[in-house]
Amino acid sequence: MNRKIIAAVLLAAAAGTAAFPASAQDKVLRVVPHSNLAILDPIWTTAYMSRNHGYMIYDTLFGSDEKNQVKPQMVEEWSVSPDKRLWTFKLRKGLEFHDGKPVTGEDVTASLARWGKRDAMGVALFTFVDRMDTPSSDTFRIFLREACGFLLEALGKPSSNVPFIMPKRIADTDAFKQIEEHIGSGPYVFKRDEFKPGDKAVYLKNAKYMPRKEAPSGSTGGKLVFVERVEWNLALRDAQAQVNALQKGEVDILEQPSFPLIPGLQKDPNIVVYTYSPPLQYMARFNHLHKPFDNPKVRQAAMAAFAQLPFLQAQVGVKELYKTCPSMFTCGTPYASSFGSDIQSKSNMKKAQELLKASGYDGTVVVLMKPTDLTAIDKLPDVAAQLMRQAGFKVDLQAMDWQTLVGRRAKKDAPDKGGWNMFLTAWQGPDIWNPIANAALDTRGEQSGWFGWGKDEKIVELRNQFMRETDDAKKKKLAEAIQARAFEVATHVPLGEFDAPLAARKNVSGLFRQTGNFYWNLKKN
Amino acid sequence: MLTFLARRLLATIPVLLVVAVLVFLMLRLTPGDPAAILAGDAASTEQIARIRASLGLDQPVIVQFGLWIGNVLSGDLGESFYYKTKVATLIGQRLEPTVSLAALTILLAVLVAVPLGAIAAWRFGGWFDRALMGFAVMGFSVPVFVLAYLLIWFVSLKLGWLPVQGYVRLSEGPLPWFRQLVLPSITLSVIYIALIARVTRASVLEALGEDYIRTARAKGLTEARVLVRHALANAAVPIVTVIGIGIALLIGGVVVTESVYAIPGLGRLTVDAVLARDFPTIQGVILFFSFVYVLINLLVDMSYLFFDPRIRY
Repeated sequence: MNRKIIAAVLLAAAAGTAAFPASAQDKVLRVVPHSNLAILDPIWTTAYMSRNHGYMIYDTLFGSDEKNQVKPQMVEEWSVSPDKRLWTFKLRKGLEFHDGKPVTGEDVTASLARWGKRDAMGVALFTFVDRMDTPSSDTFRIFLREACGFLLEALGKPSSNVPFIMPKRIADTDAFKQIEEHIGSGPYVFKRDEFKPGDKAVYLKNAKYMPRKEAPSGSTGGKLVFVERVEWNLALRDAQAQVNALQKGEVDILEQPSFPLIPGLQKDPNIVVYTYSPPLQYMARFNHLHKPFDNPKVRQAAMAAFAQLPFLQAQVGVKELYKTCPSMFTCGTPYASSFGSDIQSKSNMKKAQELLKASGYDGTVVVLMKPTDLTAIDKLPDVAAQLMRQAGFKVDLQAMDWQTLVGRRAKKDAPDKGGWNMFLTAWQGPDIWNPIANAALDTRGEQSGWFGWGKDEKIVELRNQFMRETDDAKKKKLAEAIQARAFEVATHVPLGEFDAPLAARKNVSGLFRQTGNFYWNLKKN
Repeated sequence: MLTFLARRLLATIPVLLVVAVLVFLMLRLTPGDPAAILAGDAASTEQIARIRASLGLDQPVIVQFGLWIGNVLSGDLGESFYYKTKVATLIGQRLEPTVSLAALTILLAVLVAVPLGAIAAWRFGGWFDRALMGFAVMGFSVPVFVLAYLLIWFVSLKLGWLPVQGYVRLSEGPLPWFRQLVLPSITLSVIYIALIARVTRASVLEALGEDYIRTARAKGLTEARVLVRHALANAAVPIVTVIGIGIALLIGGVVVTESVYAIPGLGRLTVDAVLARDFPTIQGVILFFSFVYVLINLLVDMSYLFFDPRIRY
């Protein structure tokens, strides 16, 4: 085959018509999400992709605006009794599921009951709930055993697991089984017949959706849809190929471009790189069950060694995208403060070495797990290992893929029997912005919900007080006390914050984010 | 002939059984917990334990194997942990892109490599032969992803002729389908062109030294006729063998190309399944690959009858 023939073949192929005419393409928003969508039940898993899928098709009772204030969404009005034990909610008029049936109080209570069995904040809330009922089709009530200070925060929580509202017949599914139907009352309708796992997910505009009148903000406000169809490209996972597709105009939005490729995207006149708050936070987590981190003094030594900047410089690299943050709650959110953080923020390697000597550390090797395949966090363990070695720790840095790490961190065995001592991860802002949501602050020992199983009675007591407190100023004080104690006993180490920018073609407007990305209010010109 | 066919088909059963046992055991020895992966980052240990139980992973390995192999024998490859979809359905969804890519690649490779290899043998030691051998070394040496990125950069981004990624089903039109597959096929075919051209050259070279070639030339046949009808035809068996192996390798081994070009094929499915420790899918896909491998080998063996009348089964 000579060059002419090859050129002819390429030209003939190039002349092929596109699947949609230009006008129709303007109504199709093609998105490359940050990961693959596999599980379609956002209550069954805490995976962010499932949560984002949930935001497409379901609506929520409340949401959190861009200032992290809880605002009504499906709820029209609500009241609370003077003793704060009876909450009455009235739904907005005209709410309708995709199958044409109206949203009722029974759908809501069934959805909340299922969510309350899976979500950490939901489980905490339901320890207060005595019962729920529905005095009329558009009203539901929550009866509490005692006053609870975070009911609205829980109902309006923007990240996994979000209390999405489903039809009762679906919400009645066992909380530990995945739902089979995917019908919500949200701004998009899921095209189940076009869903091909690992290939694409398709959402159509819900023509019957009645958006609120308020401007969109965070997960609240008017969810106006200006495109007919959103396609998530689940097959496009190679970082360079994603950028190529965006530059060529084959996709409109790239949710999470790889850090090293961002400078190139910023130079492209057809592409806009967006950064948003709240940022994500890196975290080092100790295993409190085993030596040496069963000793709080050893944990403090590690904390003192972990200056945030080296982690941020190594992992993110792009200066505009990271910042240090002395708080265990996302900086810029209501409970963020620097209380108690001196041990980390004002420390240095000499101090870390002194603390380690004073701790009685016996040279036990620290098994530090390093995920080699997760480019968002793969450099953090190298920095942690180096800093700990400088402080005097013996470190065994074990490389593995993320899925192996995820499986291993759930084991409570000793490190030499397949367990572990430390791993590092990243949290989206809303997942750690209050003491209940922040899983690392659950210090009920082996009863704790999250890996590491920290134990501290004082934090448990303070969290219980926080749950019961209804006064905002007092809640803030309690959050500060919890954080100070958490730094004192070194439950975990916050390692600074970063933004994971989104890149979009210039003709896409109306983008905003809070938890991941929301695909309403978007226009494609 | 029929006895041979029956014997070969029966021989696939123990092969597949051994593959099934090995794959099952190896997966259970691999670190990683599907339940922890499914539960998500913020899940508690209790939630993970409940998911593990719901997947049957808390049962003894022998019980898990018995259940799985029983289902396989009744024609059910099981359900994906990760996608909650039948493994057979997943394979069905992913088969077309992979088969399309493999078919176009092999077609392109054969159309290019066989003539080139035959001409190189005919002009043994000349500039064309040396150039082809140089190309073959390069074809083997350049990693697929490097070639893919170079082609994307030049053909798609610079010239704007072809899309950079994606797959369009054949049912949506042959031209869009072809358009999407041109670059991936060229990328993948380079290594197969190198392989097939080298084997063709060697086989034809050997055939050209045979007495019947001298006889054909003595009869006054043209060089082209001697090359095609006599040398190439008699050199066909090793060429067909390497093409057959190539097809089998392509069906199961196009992971990198599928990733770079975002083609949702079997290679990508396998990688996703491995990363998610989706045991039923990995087991099902590998069994399927093994079956395809055995089947293609059988077809290659059968094709020898056509190319070499001396062969009898």
